[in-house]
Amino acid sequence: MRSSVIIFPGSNCDRDMDVALRKFGFKNQMVWHNDKSIPKSDLIVLPGGFSYGDYLRCGSIASKSNIIKSVIDFANSGGLVLGICNGFQILTETGLLKGILQQNKFLNFICRNVFVKVKDKQNKYFKDLKKDILELHIAHNEGNYFCSDDELKSLEDNNQIAVTYCGEDGAENEVTNPNGAIKNIAGIFNNNKNVLGMMPHPERMIDKYLSGEDGSLFFKNILDNFK
Amino acid sequence: MKVTEAVAIDHGLKKEEFSKICELLKRTPNLTELAIFSAMWNEHCSYKSSRKHLKKMHTKGKQVIQGPGENAGVIDIGDDDAIVFKIESHNHPSFIEPYQGAATGVGGIMRDVFTMGARPIANLNSIHFGSPQHKKTRNLLRGVVKGIGGYGNCIGVPTIAGQTTFDESYNGNILVNAMTLGLVNKNKIFYSKAAGLDKPVIYVGSKTGRDGIHGASMASATFDDKIEEKKPTVQVGDPFTEKLLLEACLELMADNSIIAIQDMGAAGLTSSSVEMASKGNLGIELNLSQVPCREEKMTPYEIMLSESQERMLIVLEKGKEEHAKKIFDKWNLDFAVIGKTTNSKKIELIFDNKKVAEIPIDLLAENAPIYDRPWKKTKLPQKLKFDKDEFKSLKLSDCLKKILSNSNISDKKWIWDQYDHTVMGDTIQKPGGDAGVVRVHGTNKAVAASVDSSALYCFSHPLTGGKQIVCESYRNLISVGAKPIAITNCLNFGNPEKEKNMGEFVECVEGITEASKYLDFPVVSGNVSFYNETKDKGIKPTPTIGGIGLISDYQQMLTMDFKTEGNLVYVIGKTDGHLDQSIFAREILNEKKGPPPTVNLFNEKNIGEAVLDLSRKNLIVSCHDVSLGGVLIALSKMCIKGKKGIKINSLKGLTNKYEYFFGEDQARYIVEIPKASLKKVNDILNKYSVHFDELGTVNGQSIEYKDDINLPIEELADAHKYWLKKYMDS
Repeated sequence: MRSSVIIFPGSNCDRDMDVALRKFGFKNQMVWHNDKSIPKSDLIVLPGGFSYGDYLRCGSIASKSNIIKSVIDFANSGGLVLGICNGFQILTETGLLKGILQQNKFLNFICRNVFVKVKDKQNKYFKDLKKDILELHIAHNEGNYFCSDDELKSLEDNNQIAVTYCGEDGAENEVTNPNGAIKNIAGIFNNNKNVLGMMPHPERMIDKYLSGEDGSLFFKNILDNFK
Repeated sequence: MKVTEAVAIDHGLKKEEFSKICELLKRTPNLTELAIFSAMWNEHCSYKSSRKHLKKMHTKGKQVIQGPGENAGVIDIGDDDAIVFKIESHNHPSFIEPYQGAATGVGGIMRDVFTMGARPIANLNSIHFGSPQHKKTRNLLRGVVKGIGGYGNCIGVPTIAGQTTFDESYNGNILVNAMTLGLVNKNKIFYSKAAGLDKPVIYVGSKTGRDGIHGASMASATFDDKIEEKKPTVQVGDPFTEKLLLEACLELMADNSIIAIQDMGAAGLTSSSVEMASKGNLGIELNLSQVPCREEKMTPYEIMLSESQERMLIVLEKGKEEHAKKIFDKWNLDFAVIGKTTNSKKIELIFDNKKVAEIPIDLLAENAPIYDRPWKKTKLPQKLKFDKDEFKSLKLSDCLKKILSNSNISDKKWIWDQYDHTVMGDTIQKPGGDAGVVRVHGTNKAVAASVDSSALYCFSHPLTGGKQIVCESYRNLISVGAKPIAITNCLNFGNPEKEKNMGEFVECVEGITEASKYLDFPVVSGNVSFYNETKDKGIKPTPTIGGIGLISDYQQMLTMDFKTEGNLVYVIGKTDGHLDQSIFAREILNEKKGPPPTVNLFNEKNIGEAVLDLSRKNLIVSCHDVSLGGVLIALSKMCIKGKKGIKINSLKGLTNKYEYFFGEDQARYIVEIPKASLKKVNDILNKYSVHFDELGTVNGQSIEYKDDINLPIEELADAHKYWLKKYMDS
């Protein structure tokens, strides 16, 4: 499976993502934000970080960058686009995903492990995933997902909510919600479920010496579904 | 403006220093020249009070590639890999403006590291605040933590460990010490020594603004009532630009275009240009009209003194300008040829086609004043005689809970949750352990790092305190299974013009030197911060040690959490029960006098080597050093982290349980041993002739000791985990 990771000035999880993708057998390439086109890919990843310094609003300048039109075209033609953390913020700014990511409820940056519940498996990311609850890692200041009532209703009606914050036992409530996100939302799909944006970083959970290994399941599953 | 003695004094120079400048120059300097002198001759840049004593430090060792004197120290960790590291203070600015002060402290130390060609792989910090009851403490803490996180998180370098303490002596002067480790190929290290004539001098990075002017002078003076007026001397950081600068510099460093490179830190363009020329024994000519400026009509004076962040000065190979410019253009950074190296051995400044300053380099560097300040020895205080009858009214379990929730012992999760500690995907021991550990990317090696200071011990007896912190650093590294290699130090003290403060400095340095020599744990970089004093009230002497150790196979890393029920727990090293200066004495008995625990360097080394031997042979499964708070506090942390209890044995020959459990004797570790390894462990400990106590067995969900303690781990965890969060929320 061929993947491309876009590097924006200020991206800082690009290398981690490259390491993770290669570890599981993706043929990955790095693409510079000023390029106009993307090499032939089966998956495009917008990595975490602080693209363009997060100035103006997180992800907003990146959503106007040279490369982004190719990303949007690719998504609209059904290609898999994955945005992690800042990548998720960029995807909402492009309009590929609904809603926005506000500053965390308690106004602090949060870096720690969280549990998320996989809400939908009818898609190329989570189909046949062995687990329903994953332990992943978050590291963000603006991860507090918000959208209008209408948007929320359509996300729910179309099963576009991808993952939600929960406890180890699956409980979704205020205590298990690290950042105040509406309905504990940690990640969502677009209408066709080929575009996935999520705050947690699977690339930081790929061997037992790191924070955990559930990220490995995530990447392997994408590959398995591609075969 | 006409330069007079009064103007010189306004610039922080002493009367005698101004006379010396006029005498050396054989004329009165103009204002720009005076500014340059004031920047180079202040304490922060010239080390004029400390240099004499720093020379005695132990700085050599077979793994040392670069000792003090460069942007950072460099050590060899095998296979062509080297670690570049340094710690630096940003105390004064952080007290005036906590967010920007702390943020630019982190930015500055990272630049020192990547200037040498290394990619930063880990950040640490040691931060010290006034009493929790002081009205400024909460906001200062919040601002500093946000500043450190705001900068480090954005760059994408994990913050892997740190230390936070509270003491009323920091009420008017908080301490913010930031440390960075970088990884470099040992054959591709870049230095600040210029070489060759007529080589282009390049300015890259952010534009120069009016921020931070007089920053270095501000950091070389004490505070008074008017500190609010000093806010403009605090620099403003832009981590995004620094990230671009980091990537651009590393890209340019991939070939051989750079001759010398120096970041513009304290005293900005002045200090960077003078240092590069001085080290290369050359002259340097700068055309200040070419310097990219953020604001209009900046004068040569302002340009030379600005401490705008995220800027570098490079001496480039001739003909490489276009190649270099392309890289900086790609990263949207300013790039300007602003001068050249010369054989004049002077710094010459041109502005609007006129020469505006001309000073021989050696007057700024070698001829800068050096002081042999008078100092006073601190006598070892009398050991206290505690009234043990008084202990009878205490309850062991109440004391334990109280100490666990002490501001200096309690868990600091509230802080490090705000630091990205996992980015770069190699953090294998997170903050909260004895040391942070990151893997050397793509290898089996890992580097451990720890920051430590013990102001109470150093205040009580500086010589012992100086030794103790080096030992503490050594122990913290061994506790995670790392072999200690080298240290960096940040020497935070009061006013060197006072004999007592100067004495504290001299004797702490002596203690550090003695211990680092004995333990073969050399000092390779560091920084001195004097004048941590407000309205005549100085801080307790707070030298901070940043230690680095190597784990050759990261699978052998140790953590402190108890692992398996039934495993045995030993205290290695002898417990005499030294309560003077302990947390127990302060918190429970309200007793602040007495000497710190004695440091026995032979024991430190011998016991350390024994424990390292056990870990290398995979005979122990967890390890934690016993320090602040004593055995019971160390045990409680191991229980809380492992979510497992311990049944403590009735201890033979125990004189007093309070002394045993809360004494802060040095050179001790607690280890967890699987039963199958027991014989081998005993043999090794006997071979090293090391004292050990069979403390107990990992068991259940409570900490139990005879009839005295029976506390569920959850209750301990509550006492330990929430003090800081509650404090910040209140």
